[in-house]
Amino acid sequence: MTAPALSAAGRAGDVLREMLTRPSGAIGLTLMILHLCLAIASPWLVPYDYKLMDAASTLAPPSAAHWLGTDHLGRDVLTRVMLGGREALLITGIATPVAMLWGGLAGVWLGLRGGWPDEVAMRLVDAFLALPGILPLLVLITVFGTGGEVLLPTLAFFFGIPVIRVARAAAHEVVARDFVSAARARGQSRPDIVRREILPNVTDTLLVEGAMRWSWMLLGFSSLSFLGFGVSPPTPDWGLMVSDARIYMSLAPWGVIAPVVALSTLIVGINLTADALAKTLCLDRSRKAVI
Amino acid sequence: MIGLITRRMALGLVTLWLVSVIIFLGVEALPGDACTAVLARDAQGPALAACREAMGLGTPAFERYLDWAAGIVQGDLGMSASGQESIAEMVGYRARNSLLLAAGALAVGIPLSISLGIVAGLTRDRWPDLLVSTGAILAMTIPEFVAATVLILVFAIWLGWVPAIVLTPADAPPLEFFPEFFLAATVLTMLMIAHVMRMIRASVIEAMASEYVQMATLKGVPHARIVLRHALPNALLPAINVIALTVAWLLGGVVVVEVVFNYPGLGRLLVDAISGRDLPVVQAITMIVAATYVGVNLVADILSLVLNPRLRSYRASRR
Repeated sequence: MTAPALSAAGRAGDVLREMLTRPSGAIGLTLMILHLCLAIASPWLVPYDYKLMDAASTLAPPSAAHWLGTDHLGRDVLTRVMLGGREALLITGIATPVAMLWGGLAGVWLGLRGGWPDEVAMRLVDAFLALPGILPLLVLITVFGTGGEVLLPTLAFFFGIPVIRVARAAAHEVVARDFVSAARARGQSRPDIVRREILPNVTDTLLVEGAMRWSWMLLGFSSLSFLGFGVSPPTPDWGLMVSDARIYMSLAPWGVIAPVVALSTLIVGINLTADALAKTLCLDRSRKAVI
Repeated sequence: MIGLITRRMALGLVTLWLVSVIIFLGVEALPGDACTAVLARDAQGPALAACREAMGLGTPAFERYLDWAAGIVQGDLGMSASGQESIAEMVGYRARNSLLLAAGALAVGIPLSISLGIVAGLTRDRWPDLLVSTGAILAMTIPEFVAATVLILVFAIWLGWVPAIVLTPADAPPLEFFPEFFLAATVLTMLMIAHVMRMIRASVIEAMASEYVQMATLKGVPHARIVLRHALPNALLPAINVIALTVAWLLGGVVVVEVVFNYPGLGRLLVDAISGRDLPVVQAITMIVAATYVGVNLVADILSLVLNPRLRSYRASRR
């Protein structure tokens, strides 16, 4: 797979085509692309203004005027669900590649460098991973407050930490292979070896990892919104919508069901895609640890 | 082996020390300090000076870190910023309640996930496996708050079997948390099963494909005996570490679940503390969670060392 003759675009096309032949890939990609298109086009498609409150029809059931009913302030649920993923997709869509990039490069470098920087960095990684789930995010939010400008770097930073480990392990695996020794014997420089021999062989692992991390980041983001530490109120967001509508759940279940379905289909879509990608690239994800 | 265990314990302590430094520095990086956070708009003039005096913020950060760390080592978690209550008192019952929830989830989750993992692993790619695996992917991918909300909607509101939220005070005896406890524990159990089951399944598949199982089959050993005596003991060993990782993960997931069900545990205390910007409480809870994580993983590592002689070589321990 290092052969430069095989163009990157050509290979991406092959991988995509093979993913589509798997049911998980076909369903996952469809769900994901649907969500992405909706997120981009929704401002022109929504039937109402998302801030528009109608005091006359609060918690109204689904009807011809409001297909998915209205919430406790009389806002159109369909409008808000259609717009509710934009913030999450935008922030995690930027933060995931950033996390993969810095975590991946740091991991590969540490894996090749070894010695004391590696030892020190791995102890630090262990320490950060001792704070499970959204806990470290919550601590940083206490310190810096909420909002997109805080969430994006926070997510990018914390989700990059476990990637260091994965990239480091992948680099270790590649370094031991013959073509790296051959490159060394040929007298290639170290940066050259990293760029031409190691990175191309680590990218597959990181790609699959990135797809998984994206879905986990979305999970974390919406959990933060749900807890009230994500996007701020007038902005529609699925996590926040579930949190708001929860109190009126017995009167107006549609207010909860609609954002739940939207969020779940997106996350399941990303996961199925990641799964198909892993199988297509012949990387077995099921043996990886939960962290 | 004693050497390996000592090394592992030393690593655990180093991790905890680093966590404490990270948490302390994280809060130090705050623009302003604990006093400006608590006093908010009144943070000026004599009130601010008096508060800083009372909290000892005049002393250098290094000395305060030593004070704080020494307190934690001795079990003194300090005072909360807002109410000036003892954090140890605030945490006490809530830690017990969270533990109760986690214990309930583990008691049901571990046996169930192991059996489901074995069934799925043995029936690889046939319908019992597809059913269990698909369910696991769904349970893993759906956020805790979504699963919790759906369960409340179905079981508390539509069917009316159990109350939707917990109204029991934090210091009530454990039995008073039933039956409200069930839904919260169910969410955690579901998510836990999904993670552990997937690992066990992979582990069983690997063991069944191994050469010693093939050999046993060729020798004519009955299938049941191959599974029970040859494959499973090897396949289940990694489960110890997976379960330890899952416990740690439960500690994180418990935050959201406790908020959804209004369950008076550590997670809800943490969220309240964050909303009130009560930094000493946030620091203390974070330390407790990190210590639990490190402790559980340490126990798991030692257990696997004891049960699996293959891990006792120096090379293997360096992973």
